[in-house]
Amino acid sequence: MSITTTGRAIGRAVDRIEGPQKVTGTARYAYEHETEYPLYLYPVQSEIARGRVARIDARSAEALPGVVIVITHENAPQLADTHDKELAVLQSDEVAFRGQYVGAVVAESFEVARHAARLVSVVYDEESHDVGLRADRVDLYAPDQLNAGFETDTAEGDVDGALSSAAVTLDETYTTPMEHNNPMEPHTTVAVWDEGDLTLYDSTQGVHTVRRTVARIFGLERDRVRVVAPHVGGGFGSKGLPHANTILTTLAAQMIEGRPIKFALTRQQMFSGVGYRTPTIQRIRLGADEEGRLTAISHDVIELSAKIKEFAEQTASATRTMYATENRRTTHRLAALDLPVPSWMRAPGEAPGMYALEVAMDEMAERCDLDPIEFRTRNEPEVDAETGLPYSSRNLIACLREGAERFGWEGRDPTPRARRDGRWLIGTGVAAAMYPVYRMPGTRARVRSLGEGRYAVEIGAVDIGTGTWTALTQIAADALGVGIGAIELRIGDTNLPSASVAGGSSGITVWGSTIFEAARLFRERHGEDPSEGDTVEAGTPDNPETENYSMSAFGAYFAEARVDEDTGEVRVPRMTGVFAVGQVINAQTARSQFIGGMTMGLGMALHEESLVDERFGHVVNHDFAEYHIPTNADVGEIDVAWIDEEDPHVNPMGSKGIGEIGIVGSPAAVANAVYHATGVRVRDLPITPDKLLR
Amino acid sequence: MKPYRYQRARDIPGAISALAEEPNATFLAGGTNLVDLLKLGVMEPEVLVDVRRLTSDSVEELPDGGVRIGAAVTNSNLAADRTIRSRYPVLSEALLSGASGQLRNLATTGGNLLQHTRCVYWQDTTTPCNKREPGSGCSALEGHNKNHAILGASEHCVATHPSDMAVAMTALDAFVVVQGRNGEHRIPIEELHRLPGDEPWRDTTLEHGELITAVDLPLLDLAANSKYRKVRERASYAFALVSVAAALDVGEDGTVRDVRLALGGVAHKPWRATKAEEALRGEPINKANLRAAADIELEDAELLRDNAFKVPLARNVIVRTLLDLAEGR
Repeated sequence: MSITTTGRAIGRAVDRIEGPQKVTGTARYAYEHETEYPLYLYPVQSEIARGRVARIDARSAEALPGVVIVITHENAPQLADTHDKELAVLQSDEVAFRGQYVGAVVAESFEVARHAARLVSVVYDEESHDVGLRADRVDLYAPDQLNAGFETDTAEGDVDGALSSAAVTLDETYTTPMEHNNPMEPHTTVAVWDEGDLTLYDSTQGVHTVRRTVARIFGLERDRVRVVAPHVGGGFGSKGLPHANTILTTLAAQMIEGRPIKFALTRQQMFSGVGYRTPTIQRIRLGADEEGRLTAISHDVIELSAKIKEFAEQTASATRTMYATENRRTTHRLAALDLPVPSWMRAPGEAPGMYALEVAMDEMAERCDLDPIEFRTRNEPEVDAETGLPYSSRNLIACLREGAERFGWEGRDPTPRARRDGRWLIGTGVAAAMYPVYRMPGTRARVRSLGEGRYAVEIGAVDIGTGTWTALTQIAADALGVGIGAIELRIGDTNLPSASVAGGSSGITVWGSTIFEAARLFRERHGEDPSEGDTVEAGTPDNPETENYSMSAFGAYFAEARVDEDTGEVRVPRMTGVFAVGQVINAQTARSQFIGGMTMGLGMALHEESLVDERFGHVVNHDFAEYHIPTNADVGEIDVAWIDEEDPHVNPMGSKGIGEIGIVGSPAAVANAVYHATGVRVRDLPITPDKLLR
Repeated sequence: MKPYRYQRARDIPGAISALAEEPNATFLAGGTNLVDLLKLGVMEPEVLVDVRRLTSDSVEELPDGGVRIGAAVTNSNLAADRTIRSRYPVLSEALLSGASGQLRNLATTGGNLLQHTRCVYWQDTTTPCNKREPGSGCSALEGHNKNHAILGASEHCVATHPSDMAVAMTALDAFVVVQGRNGEHRIPIEELHRLPGDEPWRDTTLEHGELITAVDLPLLDLAANSKYRKVRERASYAFALVSVAAALDVGEDGTVRDVRLALGGVAHKPWRATKAEEALRGEPINKANLRAAADIELEDAELLRDNAFKVPLARNVIVRTLLDLAEGR
């Protein structure tokens, strides 16, 4: 599979084809689909972190005009499959975390449902709970494997020996907080149950994933479940897997057949039960020789999971391949706590892990008296250390050099606290990052001739705001050798061929490869002048090159930080990101993705932190006034570029994923710039003024 | 949200008597704070009496050289007012540092003063809070309290007042014009908000049914040399960690002729820094004196688990703001 296509549409900065719909408000998001006589659901959430529901008194809620039903574990129908405890909604009296759904009110209006939910009185048998993540816990355990199938621990060479004989060493601990994904559009489900057929308008990153899960849990044939999601207002991983909200809505619709049920979470509800990024405690040890070559890398991670369901983030996975060394060890240990289930959040594993590694690399460069770019260059590996395979393309050094030039890195005085502008201390920082090219199974695509040179291209992929509508149209146009105006793309519906989740930056690789295959077969069978109705469906072709090459995207990140020496306020007036991601499909939406990723990384560096109150077991800063993400005023100039990278091995487009690489190196670049500005090395994110005031 | 009755009063006496008849009624103006609290179930009034159109929405010059700000003047309009910008720049700056453009377009002068103190536990009806449920305990005392008070707090409540505008008005010796059933009276703004003491549920000294109709700013020449400095965790749209409103008059000999200083983000009310003011009057303006004065003001600070940084932060910002004013920056 080395047919890299440099077509006419791929690579162009095509305007979003759904843009006019979005700016005129006609693009329908989950809550906005028209349904007849809908009812509204508002959940009752547990106010304890562990225990049992002893008694529920719903009489005053039920007495409220407009209330249709109050659902609790006492009257909820039994689900067909309750193995997944996160999704076994209202199946028992057990409470496993604070904020868990212990009931729901369904009413004729949202306002009545919300009011009634407050009138439901729940009495608990409370048990003591445990939500504190600490490195000295005695019950830390090694999971069988990590998210995405990574090994829990790896070891090669003699790390301890190399560390004890190294000329230069580092042994530091870095921590990252719990963070919540918080897409702009909250999780939403509209469930319509009609004579045994279920339709869900769901805010999801994968309609087929939702269908599979809901069908299993409710014991339905898959073809009785239809999931529709033409437009989604962001997910950042939190909509990658169905959560309890979708099951609860479906369950309610099952109990009140004939009336659609709508449930959109409030912002506060987004902080329990739809996933989050685990906090991490990461100890990094590095050893280097006199020339600044790494002789040992050790990365030990402590993070959390939920007692009811394991999620083990692959925090040190990037450390296994990022730099060359002969002695390397990585470990992951979990604390299982009485908390909601952590899940994917943009670059799970890579984002927190690379933050720690890249700050450690900055510290080590200083100890080796080397420029941080030169230090990284000296430790650039020849091959993927984990598999021994060569890279299909690895242009990290080119990114660092190009970025250094764009940013104006040359001549930088490495001395901390050396530059100032009045009260502002000024520093610059650099970091590197990688993100793997993931491929996921289970995608098919269909090409059908509509006559007159037009084609329908159908695939159940979802556009979560990233530009999928446009990018897949461009790919389909080149795959069929026609203009983009000849393509009618259909996505976001399980009535279309099955597609993998929009996650792991895998969408374009998987969906695009499949569209290419369907187009190739279509032309093979029906030629250049097909009859109307000619149709071909194809699955994702194998890429044998994955056996021969390691495939990853790379990036280099530069940031300037200004820190007010009186107040510890940090401002980042400019950042540069240069990426090696193969062929970029759409120059405009790609640029937006990179800017968005880098901005989210800026927020990770300076703002985002979910504060769990250990006495209660829940996140107390659960709104946007208290949980800070960057505002426009926090985001300065973001300069984004990508290098020309031809990768004939990765897929027919020659493209690598871009949804996540933008965030991965951005926090460390900011953190390193803050250190350079102030001389204060803050090793626990976020870097807030209180940590800089001395 | 509990259903409530909405009334629009025809005039000020009507509004006041509407509240007098219903103990669980409250005034509604811009609604930018109250509506949030209704949705969260933190406040559950029976009746909302809309007073938005009852009071003046203009800024007028007073015969004594001061100005009167109608209670219905929006935060946006007040910030943009020419007189305010030239004679009381600290007030305009404070307003513009608060909330967002959309919120400032709705929020009123009277409503801004009556914002409730902020605390994540108060806003979360699932946790104990003495302000919400007297006697249930203060969750912030041993909880996440980075944003909480360092001055004037009590064991019952450590919340802080969020208004930027009120901090500037406190530095400007403003008077709040209040109408009640027994007529109109003016109270110094320092006496409007109160410290929590053992009645943390009372944010202000107003009696039930009293309505703020205007705010008077007295003639204050040194206010022309004034500024507001707000420190927050992001560049925009965040409550103050610490803020400083200051006005300064330095004589030709380099000594402080007069000074006004108020702090935000440190207490249950806008904090007038009278001790620091006294320490500075007549003293040469320099970093050491400013630092010493700030230290005098902050010497009574009582620190919680997460908020010790507010002491050096407040000191640094006091020093920097007054130095900037002295140097004409």
